[in-house]
Amino acid sequence: MKRSNVQLSIDGIAVEVPAGANVAAAVAQLGLRFRRSRSGEARAPLCGMGLCFECRVSIDGVAHQRACVVVARDGMQVQRDD
Amino acid sequence: MTEPCDVLVIGAGPAGLAAARAAASHGVNVVLVDLQANPGGQIWRHDVRKSAPAAARLAVAEMRARSNLHWLPQAQVVATAPGRVLIEEAGLVREIEYGALVLATGARELLLPFPGWTLPGVSGAGALQALTKQGWPIAGKRVLLAGSGPLLLASAATLRRHGAQVLAICEQAPDAALMAFASQLWRWPGKLLQAAALRTRLAGVAYRRASWVRAAHGDERVREVEIESARGIERIACDQVAVGYGLVPNTELAAQLGCALELDGRHPRVRVDERLMTSVDGVYAAGEACGIGGVDVARVEGAMAGHAAAGADDAARALRPRRRHARAFADLLPRYFDLRDDVRKLAEPTTLVCRCEDVALAQLQGYSDARAAKLATRCGMGSCQGRICGTALTELGLLVPATRAHAARPPVFPTRLASLAAAGSYLDRSCSERTFLTESKGSV
Ligand SMILES: Cc1cc2nc3c(=O)[nH]c(=O)nc-3n(C[C@H](O)[C@H](O)[C@H](O)COP(=O)(O)OP(=O)(O)OC[C@H]3O[C@@H](n4cnc5c(N)ncnc54)[C@H](O)[C@@H]3O)c2cc1C
Ligand code: FES
Repeated sequence: MKRSNVQLSIDGIAVEVPAGANVAAAVAQLGLRFRRSRSGEARAPLCGMGLCFECRVSIDGVAHQRACVVVARDGMQVQRDD
Repeated sequence: MTEPCDVLVIGAGPAGLAAARAAASHGVNVVLVDLQANPGGQIWRHDVRKSAPAAARLAVAEMRARSNLHWLPQAQVVATAPGRVLIEEAGLVREIEYGALVLATGARELLLPFPGWTLPGVSGAGALQALTKQGWPIAGKRVLLAGSGPLLLASAATLRRHGAQVLAICEQAPDAALMAFASQLWRWPGKLLQAAALRTRLAGVAYRRASWVRAAHGDERVREVEIESARGIERIACDQVAVGYGLVPNTELAAQLGCALELDGRHPRVRVDERLMTSVDGVYAAGEACGIGGVDVARVEGAMAGHAAAGADDAARALRPRRRHARAFADLLPRYFDLRDDVRKLAEPTTLVCRCEDVALAQLQGYSDARAAKLATRCGMGSCQGRICGTALTELGLLVPATRAHAARPPVFPTRLASLAAAGSYLDRSCSERTFLTESKGSV
């Protein structure tokens, strides 16, 4: 049977989302904190479609990934404030 | 590694799916690439909790059933050169050579700056719809939708279906324009049905005409929104604010290929002839990239471009009357959902316009030329490469978009240096190394 949820870690905190959900949805389980702007402002997804780069996080050690276009997978390690 | 195909389709929305299917029906070898993990584009975006509409399921099933149609998900076209494109897929690059190309790159939302628009929880309207379909936790959240056009209603319906509490939909267009628009709908029975269905699904949600968001307030996230209308200014507490002012074609890839663009109102679209061929031989464009038209336009144009790209001109020609009818509907939208100047004047001198580089409106005053402003302030030099701020500044009348060929330099998306290094020889052919290094800043 297909698993209906996947589990990943955001800043070390375990989070569960429906299978097929994107990383943005997983981060949002913990609130609206995504990245910090150049001047230190909090920012979160704006375009939802991979264009604005406001949803950037680091995924499995690779920096500057757009959380809204990456599908969440079991065991992913996500870091915010990228 | 270079891989050949007869027809390459970029974008797997309704236009790209129709193009790939039409081309493949003639037996040629077709490759369909899209940045997203699932086919469907914006309107048929994969929903992790709800089932897709029948038309979308059929289009995707048809795609999967064709052995001469190869689907490449999560693959982003980052650069183009005559006859070939460079694709980044899971951090790796590959080069695809094509005989003919169909650009079905769709559209993005027009997002305009207003005080507080950078606060977490403020997003585009279609954006929140897209995020929600992909698992964003919206159930029980208080959401206010605002902006202009039919997409607000479609977004509101999706959000509600996922359990959001939609506080209101604020449409900036005046009542008279909306009535006039509705009175035209009988000519497109499908649209009329759609409108009626949306109305039912949105029963009980306030649809406020001639009202718009002036500002959003909050600390590290939005807490309250300020609405303006003839009744004055009102403040409403909320968890999310979704504001979209309609759509703008994605033309970066076309521009990079040297396809001529033309202005459609304030924004550029790809110029095509009756056969949907761009100004570059063998390169076709279909759907929203050639002007905002909605799903019916996207499907018929996609099919036409796919047939033409496979050399089946008769099949393409037979669809011309259907295309004309669908485009006629599209032509209504800018007329009735014309933006009022109030929404173009919301940004204050301290409001950030360029979100990537944190450049405020005041810093951009006094530059007559986009390039000078860019060099002095870094506006447009961040990761979004001007997609958000450039489009906004164009709408505000502060920037004239380039419509000349080759105006967009590669890569069209920030690309990792390691990927580009692996592309080696490709770089020499398509552009200078310096271009890559400066434009890809921020994500190397
Ligand atoms: C956020 C949003 C939500 C929308 N929701 C609705 C709705 O609910 N109802 C409705 O009637 N209309 C909606 N629309 C309008 C919608 O654009 C059209 O009706 C329809 O989807 C257009 O089809 P298309 O094939 O032309 O483009 P799209 O559906 O936009 O498809 C374009 C595809 O091209 C891909 N692409 C673009 N550039 C690249 C690249 N460089 N590399 C790889 N892939 C690329 C994109 O990922 C996308 O999947 C929405 C539009 C937006 C922007
Ligand atoms: S929200 Fe814009 S790129 Fe992810």
